[in-house]
Amino acid sequence: MKQLTILSGKGGTGKTSITASFVVLAKNAVVVDCDVDAPDLHMLLHPEVIKTQEFIGSKVAVIDKAKCIECGFCRQTCNFDAITSDLKVDAIACEGCGVCAVACPAGAIALTQRISGNAYISKTKYGFMSHALLYPGESNSGKLVTLVRQNAKILAEKENQDLIIIDGSPGIGCPVIASITGVDAALVVTEPTLSGIHDLERVLKLLDHFNVAPFVCVNMYDVNTDNTNKILSFCRESGIDVVGIIPFSSEVTQAMVNGKTIVEYSPESSVAEEITTMWRKLYLSLKSSDS
Amino acid sequence: MIVSIASGKGGTGKTSVAVNLALSVGNVQLLDCDVEEPNAHLLLHPDLQKTETVYSLIPLINEELCSHCGECSKFCQYNAIFATSEKILVFPELCHSCGGCALVCPKKAITWKKHRIGALKFGLAEGVELVYGELEIGKPMAVPVIKAVKKQIREGENVILDSPPGTSCPFVETVRGSDFCVLVTEPTPFGLHDLKIAVEVLRRIAVPFGVVVNRAGIGDKNVYEYCREENIRILLEIPYQRRIAELYSRGVPFSLEMPEWEEKFQTLYSEIRKSVSR
Repeated sequence: MKQLTILSGKGGTGKTSITASFVVLAKNAVVVDCDVDAPDLHMLLHPEVIKTQEFIGSKVAVIDKAKCIECGFCRQTCNFDAITSDLKVDAIACEGCGVCAVACPAGAIALTQRISGNAYISKTKYGFMSHALLYPGESNSGKLVTLVRQNAKILAEKENQDLIIIDGSPGIGCPVIASITGVDAALVVTEPTLSGIHDLERVLKLLDHFNVAPFVCVNMYDVNTDNTNKILSFCRESGIDVVGIIPFSSEVTQAMVNGKTIVEYSPESSVAEEITTMWRKLYLSLKSSDS
Repeated sequence: MIVSIASGKGGTGKTSVAVNLALSVGNVQLLDCDVEEPNAHLLLHPDLQKTETVYSLIPLINEELCSHCGECSKFCQYNAIFATSEKILVFPELCHSCGGCALVCPKKAITWKKHRIGALKFGLAEGVELVYGELEIGKPMAVPVIKAVKKQIREGENVILDSPPGTSCPFVETVRGSDFCVLVTEPTPFGLHDLKIAVEVLRRIAVPFGVVVNRAGIGDKNVYEYCREENIRILLEIPYQRRIAELYSRGVPFSLEMPEWEEKFQTLYSEIRKSVSR
């Protein structure tokens, strides 16, 4: 089984639009949306949920007001400023560590499990999809990413699918790390802006740190061809394959407004053609890698 | 006044709005809280003044005192300590620095040591004092670095915070305590979807907010409809213009090249101030 993650570092470079197109082109791959706090992939793939699973991310402290002697010791010991001045738990700040429960001389504090979101297994026109939604403001997105990836793996095994396509989230922190551990390759979608280049370099270092094979795609390359050339020569020098160079096109936004991927909405467009070629290259190199 | 600039969806123009706002208002402190991928300095080109290392505190176990009872490991909610009868291991990347292990250790065998997780950088440019954080590559937890950036806030001054994308902990950590949050969105289905989630979070943590529509003219009209229905103020519209995109790509804040925007950002700031003091 092969796993490919699509990343970007910088947000808004086109990860999700490209991932959704790959899913259409791949036919029958299992797709995973690892952006669990602001997921968008479902708006292009229209999954029908077949199974919902509650996600318990961490615990949360609960103060029993009847037992509380208002000594304020919990507030003093909490390292997350999660106990307010009127001795209530700020559930958003609480990381569920349990220090307050140990510190409380009256035994008034307990840790309870909290549901931080839902994980879903769904069916789309193109195969199965594993995704999730974190409740607004909740933490533990990394753990939820791990859960949706496990769900995808189980699905792929059960359905005899040999390919998992993973849409990552922006950044380089815990949810991103959770979306690349153990994958066969990652495609970094960048744009020819100074920020795009800066963020690409950081993501490539992250992939190197976790020993994941990198590929690069320059999206909207014609916004600044000088910068595109810089990216191309940087990748050449670093021995990284640039598998796609995609022009800017307002059709991508039009496709999104119509709830479709660009390869469905405008299959003849140069963007769709470039994505299709890129997918073929990626698929071939995934298939030929032996690990 | 502390104003944070956030978005939900990535790449909607948070940093561009934050930097253009800071330059137009002047005499401000700009804190880039997107410590995973900080970009404000790429538009501001500040003179770098100094760099500080950011540490988290992780347990240091004194093997001579440790009786291998395993209480620390049992207590830790994050599986950051692994204990057997002979061996004890700390996993720094999993530790949240809650301090619980030291509290429960019956032998008082646990103290703290510093663990490097990132850096703080300080710079100056055109009346803007920039502080930005950089999470070290491979370190999972952005929040402690964001906290370190926010510690530099000078109360009572004009402070602008550039938030990371998303709506989970790094975003919440950034916008908590702001007097106002500007949500930058684009008029597309993705922009609207993520805006709605960000709005829910801000309502939950009671931070007042308004919307800036960037790349106005692309996509559809649903963002406007949503804002009208929800009674959310649209503070500013920035049209989609090739010139703005091209300036951004070269690291030039567009208000410097298109001076008519300086006044628009100043008006945006005074509108926010009015709404905060109300």
